[in-house]
Amino acid sequence: MDRVILHCDLNNFYASVECFYNPAIREFPVAVCGSQDLRHGIVLAKNYIAKKFGIITGEAIWQAKKKCPNLIVINPNYSKYLRFSKEAREIYGKYTSLIESFGIDECWIDVTESTKIYGSGEAIANEIRQRIKEELGITASIGVSYNKIFAKFGSDLKKPDAVTLITKENYKKLVWSLPVGELLYVGRSTKKKLNAVGIMTISDLANVSPTFLKGLLGKWGETLWIFANGMDETPVTSIGFENIIKGIGNSMTTARDLVNNNDVKLTFYVLSESVAERLRKHNFKGKTIQIYIRDNELASLERQAKFSNYTNISEEIAVKAMELFEINWKWQNPIRSLGVRITDLVTADTCIQLSLFEDENKRIQLENLENCIDGIRKRFGHFSVQRALLLKDKALNGNPIEDNVIHPISFFR
Amino acid sequence: MKKVFVEVLVQYTKEGEQIPVSLTWEDGRNFSIDKVFENKKAASLKVGGQGIRYRCRVMGKDVYLFLEEGRWFMEGK
Repeated sequence: MDRVILHCDLNNFYASVECFYNPAIREFPVAVCGSQDLRHGIVLAKNYIAKKFGIITGEAIWQAKKKCPNLIVINPNYSKYLRFSKEAREIYGKYTSLIESFGIDECWIDVTESTKIYGSGEAIANEIRQRIKEELGITASIGVSYNKIFAKFGSDLKKPDAVTLITKENYKKLVWSLPVGELLYVGRSTKKKLNAVGIMTISDLANVSPTFLKGLLGKWGETLWIFANGMDETPVTSIGFENIIKGIGNSMTTARDLVNNNDVKLTFYVLSESVAERLRKHNFKGKTIQIYIRDNELASLERQAKFSNYTNISEEIAVKAMELFEINWKWQNPIRSLGVRITDLVTADTCIQLSLFEDENKRIQLENLENCIDGIRKRFGHFSVQRALLLKDKALNGNPIEDNVIHPISFFR
Repeated sequence: MKKVFVEVLVQYTKEGEQIPVSLTWEDGRNFSIDKVFENKKAASLKVGGQGIRYRCRVMGKDVYLFLEEGRWFMEGK
């Protein structure tokens, strides 16, 4: 029997929640944007009226205002969005336990077994759509299909507040006519490569041989071919917004451009402290460090290196990050954002090989010190105890743990 | 319409259910709630609020009382 999978997308999620809470702005163009002072001033979500003005997600506030001078700009309120996301999941949970979050506003729901109780996939989708409207006051569009990829297409085809059915009979008509860029994981550069060989629509992609695609795109080619033909069999896994951790990292667009090694060092310490604290919180240590640098022209670069031993000590992370940075950055441009990530994780209490040439006692002392600082910060707040270095420039200091609550995720995990 | 937060006297049942007993309107007038018919999750599009909605009878009229994240509100004029 074919699976019955729904993909539920909360329409214009952030903007819908804001408009719901403030009836006075519903009739006007509204955009939820990051903070301008912190230079996160891009459009995160917009309502349909703003969309009519041609405002797109990801553009800067000034660009949006140029298109629509009367645009109402609202700062995001993540705790509210998380609450709505959780409430929506509770509604899905009435029908199945197989719910997989894809970002804060999208979920896949496998209702194959529930169809015996609640009727067809379409009936369940309509019930969910209705309940979201009544209980949450926002709208959802839902795609119903036999695989995750087509279900996602379905939720994109008709918006807002709609259900779209994609079956083995109609997928050629509904999905195949779309441009290839609409397919999950066909980004800008993949699209360029495909278009160059004459693959314009999803039907073109589905009808070439997978070996050819493999030659063109590598392993991805085959995956995309499977996607386009509706043969994707990835299961809907019951994982929530928090899921299996493979790496822990933080990145930060700084309040001003970084112009010298001292600025970078300071920022790396802020990020390393946050990353180390999160590693300890989840009881992890990691062996690989990756740094991410983006300059003010938005060109970015990533480099990685290994530690001699597993660590969750912020000092070690920051020093290594700086080392990597100094090798790889020649200051062509000022830097706009920086990131630090630790991967290759083990649980912190795993037995490790001690080194004869390093002072292991010192490491234990450092670990204890950092645990102690965690304790103080937990009781008196993050800024109650800080490195002297971080006091040099208040603008660059921050606490990424509290500032970032919503993280991007991948289809493959 | 506007969202009016009200003070509510609540009775907790042995099962942990909350039943509103009386409420104080924004001007200080006190009303007793004669009957609670049902409660369910619902959104108020009119004033912008979401939570558990109690359908109550107050002074012979059916009104909605919402419990949103620990605060009670009603749909005011």
